[in-house]
Amino acid sequence: MEFLRPATWDEALAAKAEHPSALPISGGTDVMVELNFDRHRPSALLDLNRISELTAWESGRFEGQEGEVIRLGAAVPYARITRELSTELPGLSLAGNTVGSPQIRNRGSVGGNLGGASPAGDAHPALLAAGRDVLVEAESVRGTRLIPIDEFYVGVKRNSLEPDELIRAVRIPVADGPQQFSKIGTRNAMVIAVCAFGIALHPKNGTVGTGIGSAAPTPRRAVEAEEFIAGELADRGLWQSGGLIGPAAIQRFGELVAAAASPIDDVRGTAAYRRHALAVMARRTLTWTWNEYTQSLRSAA
Amino acid sequence: MSTIRTEKNLQGITTAHPDGIGGSPLRPDGILKVKGEFAYSSDMWHENMLWGMALRSPHAHAKIVSVDITEAVRHPGVEAVMTYEDIPGSKFYGLEIKDQPALAMGKIRYHGEAIAIVAADHPETARRALAKIKVEYEILPTITTEEQCLDPETYGYVHEPAEYKGHASGNVVHSQKVVYGQGVTDEVRALADVVIKGDYVVGMQDQAFLGPESGLAVPAEDGGVDLYIATQWLHVDREQIAPVLGLPENKVRLTLAGVGGAFGGREDLSMQIHACLLAQRTGKPVKIVYSREESFFGHVHRHPAKLSYEHGATRDGKLVYCDARIVLDGGAYASASPAVVGNAASLGMGPYEVPNVNMLAVALYSNNPSCGAMRGFGAVQACFAYEAQMDKLAAELNMDPVELRQINAVEQGSIMPTGQEIDAPAPVADLLRRVKALPLPPALDTTHLDVRDIPGALSNTSHGEGIVRGVGYAVGIKNVGFSEGFDDYSTARVRLEVIGGEPVAMVHTAMAEVGQGGVTVHGQIARTELGVEQVTIHPANTEVGSAGSTSASRQTYMTGGAVKLACEAVRNELVALGRKRYGWDYNDLSLVGGKVVSASAGALVPIADLLGDSAIDLTREHHHRPTVPFDKETGQGFGHVQYTFCAHRAVVDVDVELGLVKVVELAAAQDVGKALNPLSVVGQIQGGSTQGLGLAVMEEIVVKDGKVRNPSFTDYLIPTILDTPPMPVEVLELADEHAPYGLRGVGEAPTLSSTPAVVAAIRQATGLALNRVPVRPEHLTGTGE
Repeated sequence: MEFLRPATWDEALAAKAEHPSALPISGGTDVMVELNFDRHRPSALLDLNRISELTAWESGRFEGQEGEVIRLGAAVPYARITRELSTELPGLSLAGNTVGSPQIRNRGSVGGNLGGASPAGDAHPALLAAGRDVLVEAESVRGTRLIPIDEFYVGVKRNSLEPDELIRAVRIPVADGPQQFSKIGTRNAMVIAVCAFGIALHPKNGTVGTGIGSAAPTPRRAVEAEEFIAGELADRGLWQSGGLIGPAAIQRFGELVAAAASPIDDVRGTAAYRRHALAVMARRTLTWTWNEYTQSLRSAA
Repeated sequence: MSTIRTEKNLQGITTAHPDGIGGSPLRPDGILKVKGEFAYSSDMWHENMLWGMALRSPHAHAKIVSVDITEAVRHPGVEAVMTYEDIPGSKFYGLEIKDQPALAMGKIRYHGEAIAIVAADHPETARRALAKIKVEYEILPTITTEEQCLDPETYGYVHEPAEYKGHASGNVVHSQKVVYGQGVTDEVRALADVVIKGDYVVGMQDQAFLGPESGLAVPAEDGGVDLYIATQWLHVDREQIAPVLGLPENKVRLTLAGVGGAFGGREDLSMQIHACLLAQRTGKPVKIVYSREESFFGHVHRHPAKLSYEHGATRDGKLVYCDARIVLDGGAYASASPAVVGNAASLGMGPYEVPNVNMLAVALYSNNPSCGAMRGFGAVQACFAYEAQMDKLAAELNMDPVELRQINAVEQGSIMPTGQEIDAPAPVADLLRRVKALPLPPALDTTHLDVRDIPGALSNTSHGEGIVRGVGYAVGIKNVGFSEGFDDYSTARVRLEVIGGEPVAMVHTAMAEVGQGGVTVHGQIARTELGVEQVTIHPANTEVGSAGSTSASRQTYMTGGAVKLACEAVRNELVALGRKRYGWDYNDLSLVGGKVVSASAGALVPIADLLGDSAIDLTREHHHRPTVPFDKETGQGFGHVQYTFCAHRAVVDVDVELGLVKVVELAAAQDVGKALNPLSVVGQIQGGSTQGLGLAVMEEIVVKDGKVRNPSFTDYLIPTILDTPPMPVEVLELADEHAPYGLRGVGEAPTLSSTPAVVAAIRQATGLALNRVPVRPEHLTGTGE
């Protein structure tokens, strides 16, 4: 196995172009596990640890995206996201805080989650919920491609990257409303998600974002649930009034989230439990975010 | 929040040294382990060392049609490839029944069975060579369920009748009945006002030790092998290894390497024979280290069990009878199944007086993973069932569950269903009273919520919604030491000599230190008995006699007892030397502070002066009082050395909507006879309680059609610190006059009752029956398996 250690981003792109089957490695929290289990024997590893810009983030305005955006380097570890970006990216920050153990959170990154594209990746539901204009910066020697998060996940552990592309950063709009993330595991720390749910309220455009993890071949949004609840909020003028959503609508939202999943029975849990738990998490997180939103309305008034 | 109670019934044991018995000196291995500097068996290295590796079956039941090693042998860097045909001696081994081939012989009986072994210059070379071994299988239908196992005519034999080596027949390894009083007849049933029936299931728990199986075999010039190995019993390993190598036992020398946990999982052999065979074949040192995944296939697990109980009681709560049947899945090979059956049968009534008993316990052969020893050993499974029964009975009678247990609890003088009298303190009712009297933890404060304190914790599943608190109690009974007529003696050698002007004691045993703290205790005993400051612990090896197994809660009792005997012999010889030299006629001599001291005349002479250049070096064996096998048909017999008791109170918060559990507190009370090292005793009780908690809510090897589905710590979950609650411990010291210092084995009892206590608390919170452990979120939410 070849071990490639580019010193700069350009060198990394050149190496990837030359060795399209090279597997990028940064924190190694997924890749090394796969190697240890002898599940993969990539012809080459492409070590990105020398490229310091990958572990930096910046905030600013970017073409094609509305408002303030966080451009998150692919290798910024979860521990730093939780520590440094809990205001700007609350959903992703909560999700990052549920990843593995402190040691894993010090090494693992969103770039790794996206590269692996496992349906159980904790970042995915938060990214999906954060809005349709979350963009993955995929780069190759041929240039930069901005892939909308909705088009990124294409199959079980498959993403829409070309063989010569690397993930440089993810552009995530700064939260314009409350966000939440919940995840089920059968112990109280250090678990791979049995299923997970992310939600984000977007008062600016009157939408609600969702993301489902570990309950379908890919991470996915609960589109009908999003449209239903956005419709409720708009039709009843709740964005403006900050009134109660009401138990029937919350219940319906939960049902639609559960219905959006296509879970399976496996060693971590049954499909029936996953659907059930998604409905509960959807109801609870919607309630938490809505309570937070109405409080912010009141304190602003 | 741990307390040692002052109630004691044995006075006169003085602690002359703060680091003697009754003190809590630091463990010699503690700081090294915390700092990551302790050398475990997997850290060993030898010049010219080869790496050994095994090819394992992906099938649970198959005929091996052919094995072609040609390509593997040719692989550069490979120095040996061996199958069963290359074994020089006996092809079978086993702890109690020698039914397990060292390498598969024509048949695969469980998923992961080893077929061939390779020695190569690098682990990667060995892996590549294994991939080149061509095995042709003829896959057979698996025999995995109780129904299949008990009907071999239809479903087949795990071991063909011609090859069967167990204690029964068909697919039964061993069975044990216990009939007490009038048994359970229609007349007996008629005496009961209420009858409670229940069927229970215990899943397959793993020991989940952190240090994988590993060792280093070094060929010796005399044609023998020196094996450095992490194990629980050096001598019984040797007994099994030597015949396979075709060597006399004295040519197989074992030295204990650093052990990273055991919990019963190292009682059986794993890589020992394979490393020795490869070393013998290549003439080079061979190291084998299992990966975590291989470790799950490389050791036996706790027997999964199906238990059916029927209790009859009077209206006022007195037990009238119990009819019980326990079916343990022993898997492909016998391992410790017979002894596990003996424990389940003889302890399966729990710490209760039951006047009429009919009990049957059996272990089955199947194509599931082999099961054997694990902390609690047959008593864990039974405790889950009989304690669930006690709660059901209390509910039926509208009685307090603790009171119901107390009015039926055994005490000193009670007769067990085996006819054996409990001839030492048995404070079962008092232990229950103590855990119940402890203050309850405060209610969940939903106004100042820290998600780490509630079910789901950082996974952020609840901000207080759906959470219901429950409280549950349980108590258990465990035996200490090997039972049923086994003389599991221990040997200790103690040498007293003067080094640098100071008397130094050296303690040499073959005791496997697996983390239990035995080496600390040996130092304490030597300090107390010999009045010395300095104690050296000799590496454990087979140059000294057997120390028996580090299991069955027995090492402090047995090898600690041997160290005490050897120290006493050394002391007697030293005093005799003084009498001869100085003409002492005192009858009140002891060794304190490095001197020979007379209670009446004060300090007489420094030990260093008395001993001079000579050394006293004596070896003693310690045998516990004899026991007898249980009668096959009635289970009657003085079968156990000692009984030990622990009670728990569990407080849990359950998210009843999501089926997630957080154990809020797990309080224990245990009688330890005498706490030789109080800090270690509390550590053992808390550790055992945690392992029981794991079985209650998460730990299970999932097996489907004989295939292990979760051989990793990603999916075999053990408690983290966020799952491990505060554990107040009350320790009683009611001495057992039969035991050295009056002590009682500590390590296993807390593993029994913590599981049913946690489940009882979850039942109280949810109102669900919960007849299976581990309890999964699905069970709490009605969403499947």
